[in-house]
Amino acid sequence: MADTSRVVRSDGGRIARVLEQDSSELLDAWITAQSGVLSNRGTISATELRAQSREFLSLLKAATANGPTGTGTNGPAWDDVRGFLADLSRSRAVQGFSPSETATFVFSLKQPLFSRLRRAAGSDADALSDDVWNATLMLDELGLYTTEVYQKSREEVISRQQRDMLELSTPVIKLWEGILALPMVGTLDSSRTQVAMESLLQRIVETGSDVAILDITGVPTVDTLTAQHLLKTVNAVHLMGAECIISGIRPQIAQTIVHLGVDLEDVVTKSSLADAFRMALQHTGRAVIRSAPPANARAREEA
Amino acid sequence: MDRIPILRMGQFLIVSIQVDMHDRLALTLQADLAARISQTGAHGVLLDISSLEVVDSFIGRMISNIAGTSRVLDAETVVVGIQPAVAITLVELGLSLPGVRTALNIEKGMAMLREATAGFEEADAAGRNSLSECDDDSAAL
Repeated sequence: MADTSRVVRSDGGRIARVLEQDSSELLDAWITAQSGVLSNRGTISATELRAQSREFLSLLKAATANGPTGTGTNGPAWDDVRGFLADLSRSRAVQGFSPSETATFVFSLKQPLFSRLRRAAGSDADALSDDVWNATLMLDELGLYTTEVYQKSREEVISRQQRDMLELSTPVIKLWEGILALPMVGTLDSSRTQVAMESLLQRIVETGSDVAILDITGVPTVDTLTAQHLLKTVNAVHLMGAECIISGIRPQIAQTIVHLGVDLEDVVTKSSLADAFRMALQHTGRAVIRSAPPANARAREEA
Repeated sequence: MDRIPILRMGQFLIVSIQVDMHDRLALTLQADLAARISQTGAHGVLLDISSLEVVDSFIGRMISNIAGTSRVLDAETVVVGIQPAVAITLVELGLSLPGVRTALNIEKGMAMLREATAGFEEADAAGRNSLSECDDDSAAL
């Protein structure tokens, strides 16, 4: 460990010098290397790429010149570089770049930098191998950091979408005075059922409803766990003093429920929301009647 | 406060739990209620737990027991005003209170009790003491 840090310290200056002297030439070579990889993407313009590359090089130059490079790229001298890379990979994650394309931003610097280092070292093979090793360490760390931030920002996007879905998926609808419906869409896991149950019970209290219809037309599959969640919701609604009807059970799901041996004996089930609604109306002492014969029947009578 | 009041209204008894329920209080209530039912010959019990925000498995079982005791003594029990959080807790504890009638609020609970005990009113009108007393009460009001 001590040996490595000594080597890095003694040669950090040479990398900084190379970055300093050949900066514009290095920038051109680097951008050529990058555009080879990114040629098929129209999402980033050449000027933007150039500006980003120039900024990274100048930050890297400052970091290698100032910082004791023996501590790797974690020291305070590298804060600016890391901050810049974090912003870059976050924006690229949003723009839809792949992880390897994002990491290539850093890794593609290796080849142009190494060739400049070789020129600077001349015939000193030991110095060259030290320089290359140090530069590799540095760029690898930065590249990995880029990938890490990219991954993190993607995960943030996913968890935000999950939260949004959770809120979206539980609208409690008032069908009639005293009749509520909860159309469930998507897979029913514990947390989603919990949220749905809470909002349904809350609405029952607010509206003083007698009947709640649980529509599972949008639930793709029902397993024992899902059935258990449904039963819990039905029981909770019963405890609140309201009736609960499950509707929208598709034929395959009905078969699955029977095959699994789930006991839905005490639960009222209907195949469609319309049936459930009719039953709810009956339960609250109402009925839907037709005030006029349907249009096609009238037409037939007239003819 | 070591007792929960049991109010009488006509042929029904009303119990409204307004304090934090602890175990001893629940046991006292069960004993008191059983005594009052047999004393008054009430046909219905309304248990209002709308102020109850926390339940544990013991209280859940006590509610179930109270309802069971009342039923043995020929009084219908309706539990009213279960809060959403309480309902979820009871379900998670596996206590779905089978055989206990529930209603959203006192008003609906009373309607349910009247419906359930409609048969008794005629019998009482034919000459039972509880109803004549209750008439006196309402006249005084």
